[in-house]
Amino acid sequence: MYNAFFSLIKRDLRIAFRHKSEILNPLFFFIIVVTLFPLGISPEKQILAQIGPGIIWVAALLAAMLSLDSLFRSDFEDGTLELMLLSEYPLSILVLAKIVVHWLITGLPIIIFSPLLGTVMFLSNDAIETLMLTLLLGTPILSLIGAIGMALVVALKRGGMLLSLLVLPLYIPVLIFSSNAVGSSMAGLSISGQLYFLSAFMLFCLTLAPIATSAALRVSLE
Amino acid sequence: MFKSIMKFIYHFASPKYFYRLSGKLIPWFGWLTAILLIAGSIDGLFIAPVDYQQGDSYRIIFVHVPAAWMSMFIYMVMATSGAIGLIWKIKLADVIASSSAPIGAAFTFLALVTGSIWGKPMWGAWWVWDARLTAELILLFLYLGFMALEAAIEDPRAAARACAILAIVGVINIPIIHYSVEWWNTLHQGATVTKFDKPSIHISMLIPLLLMALGFKLYYVTVVLVRARNKVLYTDQNSGWVKELVKKESETSLV
Repeated sequence: MYNAFFSLIKRDLRIAFRHKSEILNPLFFFIIVVTLFPLGISPEKQILAQIGPGIIWVAALLAAMLSLDSLFRSDFEDGTLELMLLSEYPLSILVLAKIVVHWLITGLPIIIFSPLLGTVMFLSNDAIETLMLTLLLGTPILSLIGAIGMALVVALKRGGMLLSLLVLPLYIPVLIFSSNAVGSSMAGLSISGQLYFLSAFMLFCLTLAPIATSAALRVSLE
Repeated sequence: MFKSIMKFIYHFASPKYFYRLSGKLIPWFGWLTAILLIAGSIDGLFIAPVDYQQGDSYRIIFVHVPAAWMSMFIYMVMATSGAIGLIWKIKLADVIASSSAPIGAAFTFLALVTGSIWGKPMWGAWWVWDARLTAELILLFLYLGFMALEAAIEDPRAAARACAILAIVGVINIPIIHYSVEWWNTLHQGATVTKFDKPSIHISMLIPLLLMALGFKLYYVTVVLVRARNKVLYTDQNSGWVKELVKKESETSLV
């Protein structure tokens, strides 16, 4: 079982590295969206520092959502997904491997580049640290919940808009607690409550989302 | 014991039996709804005393609060019946879930609209980004997502199952709505009815509120039965009992 899990991770990573745009596009999207806000609102330091955490988090949310297509789409089109359903290994384990890869190629680059964006949004050093911490806890949730939505719409021709309607409402708790944590650490307040919530939510999603995703995949591929 | 219960449930859930039974029940529920809503409205609008702080404008709670309760209750019904449909493959449960969604969305919308009408004189703004309001708005999005997913999938069986999964996942949102008052504790007034020790609402206001709440609930039952009945007829249109029914109906209408 572990073999299947790790070999699937290896395979998906290899595919991702051969289509570098799959890794780079969400990252560029993330950076461009954040860049738009100072242009659209104001370059003033105080305003940007205040809205920065929320903007960075919204951009991360959208980047994670728009990259969900890479999770199942190509495997669905060439029939690999169907073979995974038929394989002897539990589907939820295979699904978890795909989600892990999705996080590695979209969530991780966002975390690595977030200090840069935090700096241009004039966040304090503490706040940048918290931003990275919340992204570390939060982006796996985005991949996990997003996988459920993607599994529901994978067989539909025009699933893109629908996916955002399904997934974004479920992302809201993550957004609230994460940007609140970053804002609080800017103000020098304690952030342990928000981090506890995010960790609990992540573990909760980690246990249940693969099961829901595999149930959804079975429905979609029927 | 368990077997006989399941047998009874399957029997009740068969489309033919459901169609007959719901046809008998709908008038009862309909009349009860009408009586309760009329009594509740008269009591709430004319008899209940004026609030010492909010004046007459508080009376909108007799619509607002039951609508908000129903918006959450119907989502729970959707998720539960969706789960029943997934686990025991009872078709009727899927029908109930899908016919509940538009009603639930309507109640959510009603709660939001009445809330903002009430908020204008009270808070001085049509909309405030308060936790409970926002959570109710998210609930509306969840309903819309459910309906959009159902509309997007062509095969009704697959649509029902996909929607059931979505509803179960979305149920995470219901406790967030409920506990958001404590979590974010902002502008919205705290719960006044369900406090465990003693409700902080006066009994003369509580009675019309409960009358209206019960009326809303029965209204939902009536409408969901009507909608489910139509859906059952539509999905079973090629089966024997529907053809027989149509034949009988056309004969009686000829006489």
